[in-house]
Amino acid sequence: MKLELGNIFIHDIQFDDLSRVENGVLYINEEELREHLLEDENISSVSFDIAKPGESVRIMPVKDVIEPRVKVEGRGGVFPGVISKVDTVGSGRTNVLKGAAVVTTGTIVGFQEGIIDMSGPGADYTPFSKLNNLVVICEPVEGLKQHAHEKAVRFAGLKAAAYLGRLAKDLEADEVESFETPSLIESFRQYPDLPRVAYVQMLQTQGLLHDTYVYGVDMKQSITTMLYPTELMDGAIISGNCVSACDKNTTYHHLNNPVIRDLYARHGKELNFVGMIITNENVYLADKERSSDWSAKLAEFLGVDGVIISQEGFGNPDTDLIMNCKKIEAKGIKTVIITDEYAGRDGASQSLADADISANAVVTGGNANMVVNLPPMEKVIGHVKLADTIAGGFDGSLQPDGSIVVELQAITGATNELGFNRLSAR
Amino acid sequence: MAKFRVVHYINQFFAQVGGEEKADHRPESREGFVGPGMAFNAAFGDKAEIVGTVICGDSYFNENLETATKEVLGLISSFKPDLVIAGPAFNAGRYGMACGTVAAAVERELDIPAITGMYKENPGVDSFKKDIYIIETKNSAAGMRDAVKVMAPFALKLAAGEEIGASVEEGYIPNGIRVNFFEEKRGSERAVDMLLAKLAGKPFTTEFPMPDFDRVEPKPAIVDISKATIALVTSGGIVPKGNPDRIESSSASKYGKYDIEGVFDLTESTYETAHGGYDPVYANLDADRVLPVDILREYEKDGKIGKLHRYFYSTTGNGTAVASAKAYAAAIGKELVADGVDAVILTST
Repeated sequence: MKLELGNIFIHDIQFDDLSRVENGVLYINEEELREHLLEDENISSVSFDIAKPGESVRIMPVKDVIEPRVKVEGRGGVFPGVISKVDTVGSGRTNVLKGAAVVTTGTIVGFQEGIIDMSGPGADYTPFSKLNNLVVICEPVEGLKQHAHEKAVRFAGLKAAAYLGRLAKDLEADEVESFETPSLIESFRQYPDLPRVAYVQMLQTQGLLHDTYVYGVDMKQSITTMLYPTELMDGAIISGNCVSACDKNTTYHHLNNPVIRDLYARHGKELNFVGMIITNENVYLADKERSSDWSAKLAEFLGVDGVIISQEGFGNPDTDLIMNCKKIEAKGIKTVIITDEYAGRDGASQSLADADISANAVVTGGNANMVVNLPPMEKVIGHVKLADTIAGGFDGSLQPDGSIVVELQAITGATNELGFNRLSAR
Repeated sequence: MAKFRVVHYINQFFAQVGGEEKADHRPESREGFVGPGMAFNAAFGDKAEIVGTVICGDSYFNENLETATKEVLGLISSFKPDLVIAGPAFNAGRYGMACGTVAAAVERELDIPAITGMYKENPGVDSFKKDIYIIETKNSAAGMRDAVKVMAPFALKLAAGEEIGASVEEGYIPNGIRVNFFEEKRGSERAVDMLLAKLAGKPFTTEFPMPDFDRVEPKPAIVDISKATIALVTSGGIVPKGNPDRIESSSASKYGKYDIEGVFDLTESTYETAHGGYDPVYANLDADRVLPVDILREYEKDGKIGKLHRYFYSTTGNGTAVASAKAYAAAIGKELVADGVDAVILTST
């Protein structure tokens, strides 16, 4: 399977009468997009704002971040099974509005959800401070239950991203990247002497605001399975997931999965990247055992020498991580795991909730309990009063001057376990 | 700015008093630098100066630990230093123990920053790495130049009260305190590098060595449960509606203790969860799902258990450091024992 990404670089977003992309500027007709999103009867109001790199702007609470993309050639459309009809994606050509993103916000449950600062010390910790963001603020109709509310906001973000993506359908790309994964047998023929490597991606599946969807399927209802890595680039995996925002994968992360990119970068040179396995992080022990058995079985079946395992979340999923690692190592397959740490605010506590001697190659995204002081911003998009109750916040987090003293875990993507960032700890 | 006053602690060998035959050399002090102190002094430039050197034989120190420490500390403090450097001891075991003891005592008793340097296998490392910064050195004195290059600027940073970075940035031996920093490469690329090294059988360094786990052996079963007082304790965050103690949704800084005298059922209007790490909808509808008060009241009535303890304890396990959880457990356990509770049902989520 081969996919080309046509990147169109966006360096500014503006509201205008006509939605279009021109000279690297994304123009948006607010009214048209609002009408489109209000087609959902569960949403009572939609408003928009724009947040650009370097501005004194705080967005909170953030639900999801999504990169606008559109299918130009090949089967299916972006976000298959959700926004587009179910069809196998990941081949042909997809255009990307690089440098732009849709950020969804609004109250969801009361606590939980993250912060994006566009400047200041907080901006260093989130990759989304470097993007031109269209912020979509959605409020639900009166009395909407939480699960339906979450779904409505999730869909609004994806619809907005797909709407913006469509503006890029006929544009000429500034840059074209190409990614290809042949069949297993073909890849063995091509690179008989290179170590065979697969990627095992663990997906958060613990219930409301902790869910992930694959081709529209709630991943906690699925057993461990396989995908071509390029399928993710067309939105095969989407996020329903933003609690303890530091180590949850937004849809943007899935579209730009860095493990996939970095394995492709070495593919055919130092290793043979044969494909990927996706597995879940359900809360029941039987599910954990079954899913990790399947990860190990599929890795063995692929005949790989090594795997990279990425985690999503912490605590309960630490057990899934260690089970995956232990069982795959037991098959004689070498592993590297990517995780993050909850070592306490002083960094002195044990970092993970589970451990095993076979997990001897660990990459860490840093200690999420570290306290950061986020100075006041001139403008807050969303609901600043939630600072005390979002995960990572505490009583008194919100200071009288508008600054927020909070654990890193409140910052969207800060300790990402796909290895998206440079942050680490020792 | 005035130069920092530094005192250097070294053994008889580095002071050129003598080798093993002089290892019983008693503590003495000299003005200015001696031996390797010259290199430190040069590295400090105009920021600091070695004002005195304290010398002690390794055998004397280790065989008279208490008195020698006292004597050495007295000599050090007489120079009124801002900073103390001990060694480096490289792989010399007794010298390492002496340097560790001196540096730790200087920090503890004189409240002056102190560092030392050792080879990672020096027995002094395990004894003192949690108390003081130990810069990692080579295993012999041939590594002196390299050691000074790292130790001198680090010591100045410590004396100036600057923020100390992660072990890998600063060069000290990991001390169990996890410190965040920005790597040069992103995590995914580091993972690919690490996997390629592991596959090729080449050396690699894990970014997080697996900890030793504290496994708790379960107590023997209760002989007669129908006479037992049972308490409920949860990390599932069940609290009276409104979360009166403001227990955090993640990384809890406290636990709550709640009276359930006369409570037979936890309802949507009376209890909820403060926990941010799981879908709260079902716990909020009926908190008995996490904290089974209703069933235990039935058992109490039917005589299946002695009684349900009057109080339950609750915190959120979500993102809460193990050290915090351990401290809460110790405090809760003490009260439960004092209250005559025979058994605890501990519910998680």
